Amino acid sequence: MANDLFTYTMRLADDAAILSQRLAGWCGHASHLEEDIALTNIALDQIGCARLLYAYAGEIEGKGRDEDALCFNRNEREFTNLLLLEQPNDDFAYAIVRQFFYSAYVLLFWQALKSSKDERLAGIAAKAEKEAAYHLRHSAEWVVRLGDGTEESRSRIEEAIEFLWMYTGEMFEMDEVATALAEQGIAVDAAAIKPAWNKSINEVFARADLSVPTGTWMQTGGRNGEHSEHLGHVLAPMQYLQRAYPGLVW
Amino acid sequence: MSEQHTPLWEVFIRSRNGMSHRHAGSIHAADAEMALQAARDVYTRRGEGLSIWVVPSAAIIASDPSEKDMMFEPTGDKIYRHPTFYEIPEEVGNM
Amino acid sequence: MYTQSLNTAVQRDGAEEDPQKLAAFQAKIDREEKIEPNDWMPAAYRKTLIRQISQHAHSEIVGMLPEGNWITRAPSLKRKAALLAKVQDEGGHGLYLYSAAETLGISREEMVEQLHTGKAKYSSIFNYPTLNWADVGAVGWLVDGAAIMNQIPLCRCSYGPYARAMIRICKEESFHQRQGYELLLTMMKGSEDQRQMVQDAVNRLWWPALMMFGPSDKDSVNTADSMRWKIKRFTNDELRQKFVDATVPQAEVLGITLPDPDLRFDEESGHYVYGEPNWEEFYNSIKGNGICNKQRLKDRVKAHTDGAWVREAALAYARKERERREAGKQAAE
Repeated sequence: MANDLFTYTMRLADDAAILSQRLAGWCGHASHLEEDIALTNIALDQIGCARLLYAYAGEIEGKGRDEDALCFNRNEREFTNLLLLEQPNDDFAYAIVRQFFYSAYVLLFWQALKSSKDERLAGIAAKAEKEAAYHLRHSAEWVVRLGDGTEESRSRIEEAIEFLWMYTGEMFEMDEVATALAEQGIAVDAAAIKPAWNKSINEVFARADLSVPTGTWMQTGGRNGEHSEHLGHVLAPMQYLQRAYPGLVW
Repeated sequence: MSEQHTPLWEVFIRSRNGMSHRHAGSIHAADAEMALQAARDVYTRRGEGLSIWVVPSAAIIASDPSEKDMMFEPTGDKIYRHPTFYEIPEEVGNM
Repeated sequence: MYTQSLNTAVQRDGAEEDPQKLAAFQAKIDREEKIEPNDWMPAAYRKTLIRQISQHAHSEIVGMLPEGNWITRAPSLKRKAALLAKVQDEGGHGLYLYSAAETLGISREEMVEQLHTGKAKYSSIFNYPTLNWADVGAVGWLVDGAAIMNQIPLCRCSYGPYARAMIRICKEESFHQRQGYELLLTMMKGSEDQRQMVQDAVNRLWWPALMMFGPSDKDSVNTADSMRWKIKRFTNDELRQKFVDATVPQAEVLGITLPDPDLRFDEESGHYVYGEPNWEEFYNSIKGNGICNKQRLKDRVKAHTDGAWVREAALAYARKERERREAGKQAAE
C-alpha cells in the first residue's frame, strides 16, 4: 500500500516536473512578450506542483530522499511521466496542443482527486485544480485561434493534433497500482473521466471547426518507465549539475 | 513588409474589494479574451488583483492638456465645496 | 532589470523650439512636476526619452537570454522556480518599458525592428556569456545590483510614464539581487568546486558590471541635457562609485576576491578607489564585437520570426470574429 502510494504520487510528480521543464524552454523565446510571460506562469505552476508531490513521495518512502533527490537523481527508466508531456516544443502549436490535451484531462483528474481519502493528495489536488482550470482556458483559446486563424496556423495545429493524439490514451489507463488505490478511495478512476475529457475536446475543436483524429492506436509505457527517446534529452540538462557534483547543496 | 500592429489595451486592476480599479499599465493583444488573459498573466503575478478591466487604448477619450486652465482652474476658488470651509464648535466633535 | 547609460543624447534638429514654450517646460521640470504624454515637450526631449526607454526595454528582453541559458540546468527545483520567475520578470519589465515608450508615439513593432536590425542598442553586459551556474548568482548580485543603482533615481525621472514603470519595476525586482547573493553564499558554504565557480563568475563579471554605468564622466559628453531635463540625476561616475562602495563589503562577507589589484579604501574620502575598466572592450561590445552579440540578436530575431505565424493567427481570428459579429448584427436588423 505505501509502495503503491509512493509509485502513484511519483507519477503525478514526474508529470509536473517534465512538463515544467518543457514549458521552461519557451522562456525568452516565445512569439511575443505577453505569451512568453503566460507560458512561464504555467511552467511555474507545474514546478510548484512537482515540489509538493515529490516532497510527499519522499515522506511516504521514508528513505530521506527529498524533492531534488527524487527529481535529479533518477534515470530515464525510473521516470514514470506520461509520454505526452515529454514530447518536444517543435513549434507553438505542439506546445499548445500538448498543454490543451493534458490540462483538459488533469483538471478533471484534480477535481476527482480532491475527494481522495488521502488528505495530502486531496490538498494538493485542490490547489492544482485552480491552476489547471486557467491552463485549460489559456490553451483552449489558443487552440481556437490557431485552428480558425490563418491557413498556416490551421495546418500547423492540425499536424500537432494528429501527431500528439496517440499519446492521449495513456492518461486514462488504469493499471494494478492505480486500480488498487482507487478501490481504497485514494486514487482517481482515470478511465471514468474519459467521456468528460472527450466532451471538452469536442467542444473546443468544434469552435475552430477542427476534427478529432480518428486514429485509435494509442502509445503506452510512460507509467512503466518505457519512454520515447526524448525523455533522456529532457533529463540530461536538467540533472547535469546534480550528477556532475553529487551530494552538494545549491 | 512591415509587421501588422497588434492592438494596445489599457489594464485596470482592483487590488481588493472595496477599492476602485486603478490603471496598472498596458499590454498588446489581438482581441478582448487574449487581452484579459495577458493582463492577468502580466499584471497579477504577485497577487495584485481580484478583478481586471481591459479597455482598447483607442477607446479612451482624453482631455487636452492645453485646455487645462479652462477645464480645471475654475474649481480652484470654490473652497466652499470642502468641509474645512465651515467652522463648527469643538464640543460638537467629529462631523 | 537593467539599464545602461549609453549615448542617449540626440542630435538637435535644425528646427528651433518656441522659446516661450521651452521656458515653461523647463520651469515645470525645475518645479519637479511630471511631464505627461500629451503635454507639450521639446522634440529633443521626446527623442532622448524614446531612445533611452527603448534601449532600456531592449536590455530587459535581451537580458532574458544569458540567465535563460541556465533555466533547464538549474540544480534544484527551488532554484529553477526562482530563476524562471526572475527571467519572467525581466520580460515583464521590458513590456512595461515598451509601453512607456509607446506613450511617446512609437510602436512596439517599430522598436522591436530597431533592435533586430541593430539600429537600437542594449546594455553591453548581456554580450557576456554565462558559463557556470554561479554566473546566475553573480548576475543577480552584480548586474542587478548595478542596475538598481541606475534605476532608483529613474523612479523620479521627469517623464511620468517612465517614472511609474520604474517604480513598479524597482518594487518587483527587489528580490533579484537578494536571490543572486544568497545563491552565491550557499555555494561559498559548499565544496571547493563550488567556491571556484563563484570566484570564476565574479572574475568575469565584475568589470562588465562596472562598465554598465557607461563611460567615465570625462568622456561622456551627452549627460548635460539629460541632467537638465531630470531624466538623469547622477553622473555615470557618481553611480559607479556608489555601486563600488556598496558592493566591496558584500564581497568580503561572501569571501571572494574582486579582480582589481588597485582596489582599496581611501580613508580621506571615505570611498573605495578602483582601477580603470577596459574601455576598449566596452566600446567593442557596444559596437557588436562582444562574444555573444551576434548570438543574442540571432536568438531574438529567431523567436520573433518563428512566432510571426502565431501573431498573425491571433490577428486573423480577431478579424474574422469581428466580421462574424457584424454579419450577425446585420442579419438581426
